[in-house]
Amino acid sequence: MTLTTTNALTTKNAPAATAAESAAGPGAGPDLRTHGLVLGYGDRVVVDGVDVAVPTGRISVVVGANACGKSTLLRGMARLLAPRGGCVLLDGRALHQTPTREVARRLGLLPQSPVAPEGITVGDLVARGRAPHQRWWQQWSADDERAVTEALTATDLTELAGRAVDELSGGQRQRVWLAMALAQETEVLLLDEPTTYLDLAHQVDVLELVAELNALRGRTVVMVLHDLNHAARYAHHVIAMKDGAVVAEGPPASVVTEQLVQDVFGLSCAVGACPVTGQPYVVPRGRAR
Amino acid sequence: MAITVAAALVSLAVGSRSLPTAEVVRVLLEADGSDTSAIVRELRLPRTVLGLIVGAALGVAGAQLQGLTRNPLADPGLLGVSGGAALGVVATGSVLGVGGATGQAWAALVGALLATGAVWLLAGQGRGRSPLDLVLAGVALTALLGSLTTVLVLLDADTLDEYRFWAVGSLAGRDPALLGGVAPLLLLGLVLAVATVRTLDVLALGDDLAAGLGSRVAWGRGGVALSATLLTAGAVAVCGPLIFVGLVVPHLARAVVGPAHLWLLPLSALFGASLLLLADTLGRVVVRPAELQVGIVTALVGAPVLIALVRRQRRVVGA
Amino acid sequence: MTTLELVRLPGRTAVRGPWGSVVVHPRAVRVTTVASLLALAVGVLSVSVGEFVVPVPDVVRALFGQGDRSSVLVVQTLRLPRIIVGLLVGAAFGLAGALTQSVARNALASPDVVGVTAGAAAAAVSVIVLGLPVPIPLAAIAGGLTVAALVAALTWRDGFSGPRLVLIGIGLGAAAASLTSYLLVRATITDAQRATVWLTGSLNGRGWEHARPVALALLLLAPLALVLGRSLTTLRLGDDVARALGARVDRARLGLVLVAVGLAAVATASAGPIAFVGLVAPQVALRLSRTPGIPLAASAACGALLVVAADLAARLGLSLLTGSPTELPVGAVTAVIGAPVLLVLLRRAARGSTA
Repeated sequence: MTLTTTNALTTKNAPAATAAESAAGPGAGPDLRTHGLVLGYGDRVVVDGVDVAVPTGRISVVVGANACGKSTLLRGMARLLAPRGGCVLLDGRALHQTPTREVARRLGLLPQSPVAPEGITVGDLVARGRAPHQRWWQQWSADDERAVTEALTATDLTELAGRAVDELSGGQRQRVWLAMALAQETEVLLLDEPTTYLDLAHQVDVLELVAELNALRGRTVVMVLHDLNHAARYAHHVIAMKDGAVVAEGPPASVVTEQLVQDVFGLSCAVGACPVTGQPYVVPRGRAR
Repeated sequence: MAITVAAALVSLAVGSRSLPTAEVVRVLLEADGSDTSAIVRELRLPRTVLGLIVGAALGVAGAQLQGLTRNPLADPGLLGVSGGAALGVVATGSVLGVGGATGQAWAALVGALLATGAVWLLAGQGRGRSPLDLVLAGVALTALLGSLTTVLVLLDADTLDEYRFWAVGSLAGRDPALLGGVAPLLLLGLVLAVATVRTLDVLALGDDLAAGLGSRVAWGRGGVALSATLLTAGAVAVCGPLIFVGLVVPHLARAVVGPAHLWLLPLSALFGASLLLLADTLGRVVVRPAELQVGIVTALVGAPVLIALVRRQRRVVGA
Repeated sequence: MTTLELVRLPGRTAVRGPWGSVVVHPRAVRVTTVASLLALAVGVLSVSVGEFVVPVPDVVRALFGQGDRSSVLVVQTLRLPRIIVGLLVGAAFGLAGALTQSVARNALASPDVVGVTAGAAAAAVSVIVLGLPVPIPLAAIAGGLTVAALVAALTWRDGFSGPRLVLIGIGLGAAAASLTSYLLVRATITDAQRATVWLTGSLNGRGWEHARPVALALLLLAPLALVLGRSLTTLRLGDDVARALGARVDRARLGLVLVAVGLAAVATASAGPIAFVGLVAPQVALRLSRTPGIPLAASAACGALLVVAADLAARLGLSLLTGSPTELPVGAVTAVIGAPVLLVLLRRAARGSTA
């Protein structure tokens, strides 16, 4: 019997599966859709009969005013809320009838404002993302190690692996949670307002990372963003919601219009082309004085 | 407020002999030589007043401790008051032969104050980053004192005999002079409580803020702890360890007015007084003409209320 | 030839073999081993001392039936079962406390708080004071499980919240305790004394018949605790994240609580509610191991050590101090030993951390 000792998570590990994954392309991946989905809390109905088909291998962004139901929709899609009516289908199977572990291996969720346990290290927290793949007799497989190392490399956190999460800045902390969702190695990533509390540079950091994950690894992403311009810039598919229903869906150019912004946000604005990307760019007009 | 007044009236009116409310009120306002007057004024009024004060003190102290430790399981005895009081009573009883209500009261008082002092010192005088230090120090010392109490009680049957009655907690037969004796402490505790209301709200904001504010927070914590200790020690010295009141009542109060201590403390006082009086009255009624000590009834009344409350909340408040 | 790979991760180590892999915290393993060995050593010492002193080497021989008759009798019939009960009960309380504190996420939680021990106590004291023809351990288990069932039933409200569990447990526990108080006050002084001794937690007169149920419970429930305990690391991330990672949050918590209740009920039935073990052993284990969450095996080991050490002190202490052969019940001493240990650890932590 030989005994070997290694130190893990200290070296960067470029993803080996890149070529294979991106060759899959859209259409070969998971199919996530909702049918007449009704969600609510207590006696309040928040999402009322929503039909959404998430385009595979693309970035979809859900936008809308506060309390329009966008976070709730995401939580429903992530199986955190049981549907009151209608259903969520993943590859044709009703989501809430699929075992939780299996769902966790295919859908990864980053909830709003997650709280890290006191004193936990970056490496440890990211490693928790492997939970759906582990069993009591297999608590740290070679696969787990590879996935976590790749996740740390992708989010540029390898040097910080041994640091405590509470010592990091807001932007770094958000990257850690993102790395955890990455380590989960799911085909679909659901992100609930991943840019809250981050300064502009960090917001762009996170969004660029998400875009890269989608482009290089073909992950399907559904994000809730509160910033319409970010949505327009990074989304392939925009879903605009108002009062628990979807009012518009489609590529940014067709959805982000002055009329829509007026309808959904009650805000008068001008929509032009962004000088950097050419996507729509919203400039609010402010109140009439 | 109305509940408290009602509870007080009920306490005065009901007992081994029921008296009509109108009579009670009349006799309160003006003493006449009648039997009713005697019962109400000499027997029940002091007892009711005692219940009001002790219940209020325990309610406030409980709310303070839950705020100080940010732990919804905290009760007024957490900092060692009840443990110290018990050991005081038992130690002086078995070693010095001190007995009787007054002796016990003084012993309890001294024990309670010494114990809390020890906990405060052991927990680093409130300078620690988190209130967990205080909580665990209190729990550890209370357990230690409890151990010593148990040893003394097991060694001598007479000590056990006296102790088991004190330990239940009762409003019955307490000499009003006792209340007078602890009144200055209770008053001081009350004043401190009012002075430190804001501190409690600050402490609720979290460890980081507390650490950032450094020494001022340590002083604040000390003030709150001292206030709660004085209130609880005074109450326990006179009536025994009626700790459950202080645990339950802040939860009820929080459900009504929310976590702001400016409202929470007074309402805890009112609820505490009401609960204690109701329990006492019930105890007098249920097994007429005998009595069920208030310490026993408080749990039987308070527990269902707490459970019902907790079940109604979607997310347990303060936890 | 099998290859065993040791992977060093930040704060823990994974051991990987062909059969699978397991993650351990080296410090926690050390703490568990040391505590267990110490517990066994103290146990052997405890078997050796008493009114009839059996030198340690003779103890070891007597365990196997060798040596002179009286030694073997004393060791095997009188002292060994008692020590074994102490070890098992200590481990059970320690583990139950670790599980309760983890689920409740509150250091003040202990199985007592969930109302189990209060229910068991009320039932046992009822038997003693009212003279019911029921064996005390049976009544204790019945009482403990009834209260626990009530608590669980009342806590379930489309979900199983840790904090709600604890508050309801405190409420029912207080109600049960008031019943006990009432009985204590109404009893004759002799009955009150007997009841108080039982309430303190004692290993006196505990024999093999007390050891067997606890051993069985540990055998069944401890592995279950370890397997279910894995979900604790995920639960600590918050309900939403835990669900997203595939944890069955409510079932996991319910399962853990049931295991804790089972262990606490059986232990209480065997030795009475030995104070403080379920509360201090997990905290001591946590601070010594410096793991992110409460270490289960270490808590059990610390619990066992605490109980046998307290029992030794209880048996010797008073006779050393006063010369009388009176023995104290173990529960009277657990806090005398446990509290200072906890306080020392607290001071070390307070001095170590920057304010």
